[in-house]
Amino acid sequence: MKISLNVNGKNYPVDVSEDTPLLWVLRDNLKLTGTKYSCGIGECGACTVHINGKATRSCTIAVGDVKGKKITTIEGLPESHPVKRAWIEEQVVQCGYCQPGVMMQVAALLSESRNPNPEKVIGAMDDVICRCGTYPRIKKGIRKAAQLMKKGGKIG
Amino acid sequence: MNPTLTRRSFLKITGLTIAISATPFGYEIINASDQKGSFKPNAWFEITPDNKIMVNVGASEMGQGIRTALAMLVADELEADWKQIRVRQADAHNDYFNPVMHVQVTVASASVRGFYDPLRKAGAAGRAMLVTAAAQTWKVPEGECTASNGTVKHKKSNRSLTYGQLCLKAAKLEVPKELRLKNESEFRYVGKPMPRVDIPEKVAGKAIFGLDVRVPEMLYGAVARPQAYGAKPVSFDQKAAEAVKGVRTVVPTPHGIAVVAESLDAAWKGRDALKVQWDKGSHPDISSDFVEKHYFEGLDKPGKVAISTGDAKKAIDEASKKVEATYFVPFIAHATMEPMNATASVQNDRCDVWAPTQGQTVAQMVASKISGLPPEKVHIHTTYLGGGFGRRSEPDFVIDALIASKAAGKPVKVVWTREEDMKHDAYRAATCQRIQVGLDSQGRVTGWNHKVSCTSILRFLNPDWMTKEGIDLFSLFGILDPPDPKVYSRTTYEFPNWYVEQVLSDLPIPASPWRSVQNAPNAFVVECFMDELARAAGKDPVEFRLPLLANNMRARRTLQTVAEKAGWGKPMPKGKGRGIAQHACFGTYVAQVADVSVNEANGTVKVDRVVAAVDCGPVVNPDPLIAQIEGAIVMGLSTIFKEKIEFANGGVKSANFDDYKLIRMSDTPEIEVHIVKSTEAIGGIGEPGVTPTAPAVANAVFAATGARIRRLPMTPEVVLAAMKNK
Repeated sequence: MKISLNVNGKNYPVDVSEDTPLLWVLRDNLKLTGTKYSCGIGECGACTVHINGKATRSCTIAVGDVKGKKITTIEGLPESHPVKRAWIEEQVVQCGYCQPGVMMQVAALLSESRNPNPEKVIGAMDDVICRCGTYPRIKKGIRKAAQLMKKGGKIG
Repeated sequence: MNPTLTRRSFLKITGLTIAISATPFGYEIINASDQKGSFKPNAWFEITPDNKIMVNVGASEMGQGIRTALAMLVADELEADWKQIRVRQADAHNDYFNPVMHVQVTVASASVRGFYDPLRKAGAAGRAMLVTAAAQTWKVPEGECTASNGTVKHKKSNRSLTYGQLCLKAAKLEVPKELRLKNESEFRYVGKPMPRVDIPEKVAGKAIFGLDVRVPEMLYGAVARPQAYGAKPVSFDQKAAEAVKGVRTVVPTPHGIAVVAESLDAAWKGRDALKVQWDKGSHPDISSDFVEKHYFEGLDKPGKVAISTGDAKKAIDEASKKVEATYFVPFIAHATMEPMNATASVQNDRCDVWAPTQGQTVAQMVASKISGLPPEKVHIHTTYLGGGFGRRSEPDFVIDALIASKAAGKPVKVVWTREEDMKHDAYRAATCQRIQVGLDSQGRVTGWNHKVSCTSILRFLNPDWMTKEGIDLFSLFGILDPPDPKVYSRTTYEFPNWYVEQVLSDLPIPASPWRSVQNAPNAFVVECFMDELARAAGKDPVEFRLPLLANNMRARRTLQTVAEKAGWGKPMPKGKGRGIAQHACFGTYVAQVADVSVNEANGTVKVDRVVAAVDCGPVVNPDPLIAQIEGAIVMGLSTIFKEKIEFANGGVKSANFDDYKLIRMSDTPEIEVHIVKSTEAIGGIGEPGVTPTAPAVANAVFAATGARIRRLPMTPEVVLAAMKNK
């Protein structure tokens, strides 16, 4: 079935059944492989994207449910985005497999609350898993991104 | 005619190319410039006239920062400008053999410790050849020329040439026999925090992991696997699978039945349509309780003597005090965030594998066998690894892709689901251990009797590496170690009468190296028991350990450093406790202090802070080093509180992150890492940090509550039971 998807500001026609998880359409049909598969049940957050600005697990949402909605993936977050800059400045990443999802989770958190308190940070970040254990650096990265935003960085 | 001379005469040299060639006695640095164009260079670095320097890294990047660290070693001795440096992942080749491990493999925290000297020498060789080339160009003595930051300068005449300008001339020179290496004070990059070269593309979402590989005409494979160990298919509906739209072929593999299709969705639907009926397998009784009982019962079986010095039994019998305890550590999963996967293309005249592998040589061996092609026609392309931790040193996930591609006649990417990854891991081996120790009237150890009931890692990894007496030293890392490969995983303690006995399990549950191999579980047992002994002797746990480390300056220094940094010995408020542990492996010494708060009513433990001290000898890139220790501590905490593989119906019951929990941010404490300045031999950093975390936390729980934790994971039920037993 032909479906039109709005991803990173562009419209893509895709020919898939409506029950296909968005994750696999992004990865295999649109070749946007920055969004990762890890658990497939919405437990780990590696597949997190934004749907109308809200952090969403793309592995458990059917492509038929996101027609006409604005989808943003890690590739759609500009290079100048405070989260991307902070992640490089604080050298947050280890293996990096979970980090696109982690960064999308953080970007959504910061667009909601420009200076989240520690409880709010943990509330949002407990939805994602990093097996390399970069949580201390993720905390640092969030603080850095919040500072960069204060200095006028856009959050996209 | 000499073929080398032919190449030298007719091929156009395109740059200065330095290779490190493995020999039976070690390695040699060779000028491989003349080989360029004839076959793919297996060079460690190439300097080209465009003034760029390409460093080819044979080790696998899984977040430890190896591409950066190895390039820093080359760049520093070469006196290159870091801006000139590009880093590329090398394909499998014997010239990337790790000098410590004797194959191309990224394990045993061996990359920097294996390549520290060879890459510095390779860089120094390049620098000397560039200086010679400049001196010859200017017709001045070499001693008047200096290499600095990518150029060679002649101060007297105020002339300079870039490495790009000199590389073609340098390419015609011999590698000097005598190489001058820099002093530490001359290092330009080594020892300073250099940003990792892999991070920008990972942050951009553009890094290619195994699962992201896409090659022309690629098909997808999914494998139906049995629930029970040793189970064989009784029946399956091949026709129904082949009738699914997009399915191309169905082929058996050693691990199950593969369905190859035009999309992953079709492969999964085809696999469901197979409706495989499996038999009960070889050990239908396997369940969580069965497995645990099996290891405890192992302690009552006769074992094999791994080491016996003096007479431990007599010393213990005659001691004024006898202390005994039994510990249990369960199977745990690697649970890399990127599930297992590989893409293979088997053709008549060549074979390609794209894989997130830690073991290029073994992948090349299995690909050669399955394709029927000689190794030089097998090209192993290593992608980024979404976590490794030892799991990806196994070749099982590569084998399925090779068989599927051979059957389909096209490239095939085999993707494992999380459930397959969890249920078909080769786990960190479970172990049950009993230690008896005698103390004299002054509280000193007189004899140490240690019985280890465990799974053999080598039975699954390489049975040829067992000792001739049938001892698996890999399962004893942290207590004993083999002379080769050099893993420096013998205990740091010296006991006057020492006896270690091993009982190996015959269960089919596979085990493999898991970040530190068995150092972490063995350190948990030994370091917790050290705490028990210190209390029995009425001594402070640091003071108790020091005499046993009398001949190990590095272990003593690391332990004392962490004690000082963490405020060891200061009183803690009620409900809080502080514990300490130390361990050394892969040439690196780590000690940690954990502060915990215990809720005695419900048995929950919160770790408030972990302080670590680490002595790994010379430091190459300090920031990733600290990140490795931080990450290892977090992973260690995950194993203490969360992780245990559950078994049922002859196989694994745990399936995904909803029933196999991993640590998240809310359980992550403050972490401080202190690097001990050291000029001792270089050690690895990827694994040792995980080893003291579990015992430091368990010892802290004891300090807070008086309850001794002798089993993992330390769930609230385990803590409450331990408090009841105190």
